[in-house]
Amino acid sequence: MKVTLQNLTKKFPGRGRKSREEVIAVNDFNLEIPDGKLIGLLGPSGCGKSTALNLLCGLLKPTNGRIFFGDDDVTDLEPEKREVGMVFQNYALYPHLTVMQNILFPLQNLKGADRLSKEEMQKRAFDVARLVQIDGLMDRRPGELSGGQQQRVAIARALVKMPRILLMDEPLSNLDARLRLQTREEIRRIQKETKITTVFVTHDQEEAMSISDEIVVMKDGVIQQAGKPQEVYDDPKNLFVARFLGNPPINLFQGTVKSGRLYLADAPVLDTSGIPDQEVTVGIRPEGFSLSKDGHFVCGLDRVEVMGRDVSVIFRHSASREPAARAIISAESQTDLTSSEVRFDLKPGKVFLFHNETEERIG
Amino acid sequence: MEKKSLKGWLYLLPAILFLGFFMVYPLIDVFVYSFEENYNFASQTYSGMGSYNYSYVLRDPYFLQAVRNTFLLVVITVPLSTGLALLISVALSSIRPLKQLFQTVFFLPYVTNTLAVGLVFMILFKRTAYTDGFVNLLLSWFGAGPVDFIDGPYAAKLFVLCLYTIWVVMPFKILILTSALASVNQTYYNAARIDGTSRTRIFFRITLPMISPTLVYLIITGFIGAFKAYSDAVALFGTNLNAAGMNTIVGYVYDMLYGSSGGYPSYASAAAILLFAIVLTITCINLLVSRKHVHYFS
Repeated sequence: MKVTLQNLTKKFPGRGRKSREEVIAVNDFNLEIPDGKLIGLLGPSGCGKSTALNLLCGLLKPTNGRIFFGDDDVTDLEPEKREVGMVFQNYALYPHLTVMQNILFPLQNLKGADRLSKEEMQKRAFDVARLVQIDGLMDRRPGELSGGQQQRVAIARALVKMPRILLMDEPLSNLDARLRLQTREEIRRIQKETKITTVFVTHDQEEAMSISDEIVVMKDGVIQQAGKPQEVYDDPKNLFVARFLGNPPINLFQGTVKSGRLYLADAPVLDTSGIPDQEVTVGIRPEGFSLSKDGHFVCGLDRVEVMGRDVSVIFRHSASREPAARAIISAESQTDLTSSEVRFDLKPGKVFLFHNETEERIG
Repeated sequence: MEKKSLKGWLYLLPAILFLGFFMVYPLIDVFVYSFEENYNFASQTYSGMGSYNYSYVLRDPYFLQAVRNTFLLVVITVPLSTGLALLISVALSSIRPLKQLFQTVFFLPYVTNTLAVGLVFMILFKRTAYTDGFVNLLLSWFGAGPVDFIDGPYAAKLFVLCLYTIWVVMPFKILILTSALASVNQTYYNAARIDGTSRTRIFFRITLPMISPTLVYLIITGFIGAFKAYSDAVALFGTNLNAAGMNTIVGYVYDMLYGSSGGYPSYASAAAILLFAIVLTITCINLLVSRKHVHYFS
């Protein structure tokens, strides 16, 4: 099911004591979510991503704009009529019901022609339980399950009525680190098997990047950029997106473009033809450095962190925004790192230039 | 370690002494009294130990009347007041405007002076030389004859007593239930809504199980409270409850001690022990029944 958001806007009345100004949680969203894909809504907390999810499932009504599932306009439809499945952040499993009863719950709500026979309900419940691999736990209560198992039950309950789209609110935030890795693969697998259009919300860029077909980066209710994870990473539209994606984060420098060259602290480091002379914010990905005896990027070595597969070089540079910057180079080149001064060549594809005020990408 | 526990006991001493003198000792004493036959209050003598006090009390028509009144009161008021309180609480938690106002209105009886409440009921129900009372006035509009609610037929008197009791105990129940309803996590309702759950199903399958521990607490304390009813009857029918035929078990105990037929602490003790046995049995049954239907969550 393709999902289209048109000019979607949600405003909340201001509740502050000082200002009664209304809060715009979602601001003029225009987005097309292709059928059968896994979409990650990504952004820092308070950016409106959960509001966007609640608009999709119908728990909130938009102030402006329309929502389409396929060709159906569902904007004014009550949540129960939208045929969406939702996995809540705290799972919202009914604690007094068994796993089986929890999964059956949505099916038992169906009325009239949609009503299934008891046997069909049982079969559907077991099918979906098998899909998320909890069919051995059907008689347990949620309180007797681990966090990861509860998560699976919640997914099963959302999937059992075969919704048009599946929504997940911070699906991994309540799990410990090891389980998180496992569960995100699991979500990927379940989504692939069911081919159901899935939207999930997260503040963890790694989580979003690793399993999404597409990510939507949000800030202050506004979509900053949407696209395939690698494309967004390689081609950020603005400084916010560049900084939000990537771990370790991008290194920021203050630079100057003068007659087709980028200068960092008065030293030319890169050719930048076609960009007018100006002061710029320079972002260089940690992997954008390569050691070179006669490199133009000269900096003071702070320390070296050996990670096995690769090496982090922590260095100081007078143009850097932070006290120390980080370069990641492959472990083989480590032998040169003995002097207090290091020289790098920069990989042009990993260096981004941003306008100093608008923070928009200019090169 | 030794010193520490000594200190602990020292801190507990005032409470232990107080409770021991005024609660534990009297409790044991009541039990002993109830078996002392022909106990004389003035000379502090008795003829022997036995179960005569019990057999006397159990054959006393006033006691049997009191037991009957109390049981009827319990059976009628506990389910009605709890059910009504639940209904009002659910209604209160589903409205938004004026919610605070209504909550205050429903809680007012709890903080109102009992005498004032009694007076209001008097105006509503009592017949005097000048008026038949407000309720009778209403009844007359519908062509129904005046009923003497205070000195008239048994059913009318029981009706007023039950109404009064329900009215008095409901505010507390509403208060507890509204806070229980408010503490149910909203995401359960959101999840249910997205799954298209009907309102009745939400109430019976989600709300009711979620607040079941509170309900059981209210039912058990409601039973105990109703079995201990006394002051309500006095407020409506005066102190001579035996004459009015509206005595309760606690009223019987009181009358045996201090009332016009008073001066029989042994009979009073036996009646009190019988009341205790009844309440204990009912509470045990309550707990056994509720164990099957109540869900406790960590």
